[in-house]
Amino acid sequence: MNQEFKKTTFRDDYTFYNSPESIRRFPFPFWEDKYMYSVNIEPHVKGPAGSVYEFPIDINEHYVSEMADRAIVLKEDPLRCQALPHMMLAQWDFLELLMTSMARDYPQWFSLTTEGDHWHWINKPLGIDQKFTFGDPSTLPQEPMEYIGRQCQGDFSIQDQRDGQLWMDAGIITTQADWSLDFDVGMNFMEWHGPVPLAHDMKVFDRALKFLLNLQLGQPVRRLNWTMTINPRLDTSPENFHKWGSDRTTVTPENVGDKVHLRVELQALFRLPRSNAILFSIRGYLIKLRELVTVPKWGRRLPRVLGSLPMELIDYKGITRYRDTTLEWLAKYDDGQPTSPGGGPD
Amino acid sequence: MSGADIPVRVARVETVAERIKRIRFVPVDGRPLPTFSAGAHTVVTMRDGAKTIKNPYSLMGPLGDTTGYEISVLRTNNSHGGSQFVHEKLFEGAFVTISHPSNLFALDLRARKHLLIAGGIGITPIMAMADQLHQIGTPFELHYSTRTPSSGAYVDELKQRYGRKIHHYQTVSARRIDLANLLSQQPLGTHLYVCGPDVMIEDVLRLAREAGWPEQHLHAEHFTSPRGGLPFDVELAKSARTVRVKEDESILQALESAGLEPPYLCRGGACGQCETAVLSCDGNILHYDHYLTDEEKEQGRKIMICVSRIKGQRVTLDL
Repeated sequence: MNQEFKKTTFRDDYTFYNSPESIRRFPFPFWEDKYMYSVNIEPHVKGPAGSVYEFPIDINEHYVSEMADRAIVLKEDPLRCQALPHMMLAQWDFLELLMTSMARDYPQWFSLTTEGDHWHWINKPLGIDQKFTFGDPSTLPQEPMEYIGRQCQGDFSIQDQRDGQLWMDAGIITTQADWSLDFDVGMNFMEWHGPVPLAHDMKVFDRALKFLLNLQLGQPVRRLNWTMTINPRLDTSPENFHKWGSDRTTVTPENVGDKVHLRVELQALFRLPRSNAILFSIRGYLIKLRELVTVPKWGRRLPRVLGSLPMELIDYKGITRYRDTTLEWLAKYDDGQPTSPGGGPD
Repeated sequence: MSGADIPVRVARVETVAERIKRIRFVPVDGRPLPTFSAGAHTVVTMRDGAKTIKNPYSLMGPLGDTTGYEISVLRTNNSHGGSQFVHEKLFEGAFVTISHPSNLFALDLRARKHLLIAGGIGITPIMAMADQLHQIGTPFELHYSTRTPSSGAYVDELKQRYGRKIHHYQTVSARRIDLANLLSQQPLGTHLYVCGPDVMIEDVLRLAREAGWPEQHLHAEHFTSPRGGLPFDVELAKSARTVRVKEDESILQALESAGLEPPYLCRGGACGQCETAVLSCDGNILHYDHYLTDEEKEQGRKIMICVSRIKGQRVTLDL
């Protein structure tokens, strides 16, 4: 990718939009005309050039704007970033993974030089030039997870592994789909997934946990998850529900295309080497329905998926109030033609 | 698993004590090896003629050394060829492959103090733990028991590095660990890690429970290597094949020799990756793993094919 970084907003005047290239690389999550939970985990391996899967950490045209939005969230609410004391080693693992990936895959923007524990990090888009000692938190302006988390798109939680469980003991979460790190911190895998409907009965979490406990170093995995958001708002947190919850009542037949967004999370899981913890990266992508229907296959498929979604899922994802209006607007893009398998554009 | 194995060369073989050799592997392509956490192991794949040997070994450290990995191997008599092969045929310059490190015996970093107890060759993961705790500055004590002075690998090395934190015992002399005393004197918030012969692990865990230690503070790594036994047949329901398991091989090894690739990770009955459904068995399953619950073992519907076998003629697996 060789684009300029956009300067757009994810609050107030909501100037966010996607370029045509950004639309084409959108990770459309529905590989068939219906949707149901599945563990749907695949190896997080290198994908086609230009796709969101090309590199383990995806940096795109919204980088600078998203980092500015994160800074606002953290200023208003520092508890969006928390790490329990025993997670310091994992924080350094996290910083190393991000810095080495970003510098290797985007050398035009980031550079990392190391000599033993003496590290030198340069982030050109954000104008950062930092020398520090790896392993010594006092040589960075913030703790390592917050420091690098403020410079990388996506939310991150770090899970400690012990007693046959995963524990959410650290994270930097500012762009979440209605869940709270401050509420979940210290919980285990079963506890923080408690509110999800249907999936427990399907034993999805038992299987997923067993799989993750044996997640191997050097073999990260990924899955897609999705929801819908009104307005291109990154911070749809429970903490700020009073600021965005009522937006769901503002959808009209006239504004569906601009107001309703499909929000897809590219979730990846990495085993961290020093701490044996697991990093969970949640890289969110937003697309306006008006942008989405420029890809005919997606315009056909989305109404079919939304129309056949079980009520429990519609409620859980918070779509109930505007589903009918959205379906009516989408109907004109479904000409009844069959769709090809897989999520990508034809 | 094999897809991500790393080709390495044996850079050094060194006898460090009676029947114990230390091996250093370096990457063939010269690229740094992955960093690993204390308590991690790697599965080493070695070729002995037509036979392939895959054995898990704890990584000793030093942590953070990405130019090579070190393991220690005890020569055992009832070995399935792994330790014998290492002692007799693995020379400097040999090529083997190793898996990415994996950890089933990790430190609980919430602990205020760590009590490390090692017996014999069980010192290997404990050495990496001492290294990690020294680096992050958490208090620890290491109690290390060996049979004779000459069987004690690394005692001098450990004492040099960590001084009075190291306590050495010899079982042939009167100087044994007073476990009951040791376990009753630890401050709240201490975590215990034990690695060594089964009987020692069982003793330590039993005494700790009697002394009132919480279960979550007790961590053990058992050396479960596949045991030999009477031969039997494995019938594979899905692939409609029958494979003979010989006296000196595990079900997993027999299946691999027959060209199959069942999933596995630790090959020591600890991780659960090779759990396989048993459809029928004309005898008893001999469960040697530490993964299945007692209830599951009694039900007899699952088997960990890396270490367990059957006493009988024939077992049918869902493979």
